[in-house]
This record gives sequence, structure tokens and C-alpha cells, in this order.
Amino acid sequence: MERRKALKTGGGLGLLGVLAVLGLIPGLAWAGIGRAALEAGNLSDAFDALGVTIPENSELIRLTVPDVAENGAVVPVTVESSLAHIEQISILVDKNINVLAANFIIPKGVAGFITTRIKIGQTATVVALVKADGKFYRASKEVQVTQGGCSA
Amino acid sequence: MGEATRIRATAKDGQTEVKMLMQHEMETGQRKDAAGNKIPAWIITDVKVLHEGRTVLEAQFGTAVSKNPYLVFRLMGGVKGEKISVLWTDNRDDKRMDETVID
Repeated sequence: MERRKALKTGGGLGLLGVLAVLGLIPGLAWAGIGRAALEAGNLSDAFDALGVTIPENSELIRLTVPDVAENGAVVPVTVESSLAHIEQISILVDKNINVLAANFIIPKGVAGFITTRIKIGQTATVVALVKADGKFYRASKEVQVTQGGCSA
Repeated sequence: MGEATRIRATAKDGQTEVKMLMQHEMETGQRKDAAGNKIPAWIITDVKVLHEGRTVLEAQFGTAVSKNPYLVFRLMGGVKGEKISVLWTDNRDDKRMDETVID
């Protein structure tokens, strides 16, 4: 019985946890979305793959991108939201060959805030998609690209 | 195995800001070399950040994340000296784990 207890309460990351995070256990994929969403070729396919119908625009999402990007290969993006119970933040670019640039799973105790850098192949609309309390919301902004991002 | 991820975690006003710069080519698979052959995709696909062993961020990357991916996020709490770990895996099954302590 003592042993069972030890197994149950095994501190922090147990062996299984360590193996799981290193992806060493076959068939135990990391949580999150499927790769299909990341290979979607347009916004509507990406929304489908993410399980989104039509996301509402929300003023509680602040999407910060440059108006003009001289170098489309490195475009800074910040998504910040004061929506309650944020679970997921995704960054999409409508004109890219793969529209979903990145997806972030936000657990409890983590702010609704992400900064990263993405490639934008041509002038396009960047969409920040935020899942909060089980519902999807979005904010969009156009970025003019003067030099493409290596056909991202 | 790729090069080390540079990580800085700073506790301030009850939050910890974690900044990281991963070292990776992030080749999209859409470019061609001089001979006209497609350069195969080589990208980080999954990232995980742990704070003292607890998952605080999971990310899935597509092809449009820039070379040497840069990420910033903020977690509530966090105390100087506590451990932050950054793990990634790429589509060639290369993996990397790097750690720092909160400043």
C-alpha cells in the first residue's frame, strides 16, 4: 500500500511525466490541436480544423502588428487579451500557404499574452483567435509586406 | 541535437515574464534551392514550457514561425530561483530541453 501511495503522489514529474514530455511514449502525443489545422490552406479550413464556427470580433483582444513590414520573414506579433478564462491563443495569416502560424495552449495561472515573430509571404490580414470560456473570439489587422517572407 | 535555447525569466509585480529564443532553421518546405529542387520542411512542431515541473505553456508551430523562434509570455506568481524549463521537438524528431531559474 505504501508503494501505491508513493506512485500516486510521486513528486512533480514522475518518470512517466518525464517520458511523456520528451515524447518518448509512442501514441501519447502532446495535448493540443492536430497537425491538420497547421496545414490548412485557408482561414475557413483552419477554423474547421480548430473546431471554430464563426468567431466573434472582440474588443477585448489587442493584436499588435506593424502596419508595414519591410521584411516579411520576421514580423513581430503580440496578442494580449483581457477576456476571462483564456484557454488558447492562435495566430493566423490569411494569405500564407499554411494559414495557421502558431497555436498556444494557455493553462490556468498564465496571462492572456503572447509575443512571437512570424513570416508573412505577402500583404495579408493577421488574425488573433482567442478561445475563452469555451468560445472563440477574434481580432484582425492588415500588414503590408514590401518584401516577402520566403513564401511562408 | 540543436543549439541551446536562450531563456530569461524575470519576476516582477507578482508575474513572471518568460522570454525565449530557440535556435532553429524553421525551413518552410516551400523554397527551392539553386537547382530548382524543393528544400524539405524542417520546423519545430511542438514547444512546452514548465515552471517547477508544471506545464505553463504549450505551443504548436506551423511553417510560418520565423527562423530562430522567439516567444514571450507571462505566468502569475513565480519566485526568484524557481526553475523554468523549455522543451521543443521538431519534425525530424530532434529534441531539446533547456533550463533557467527565475531572476
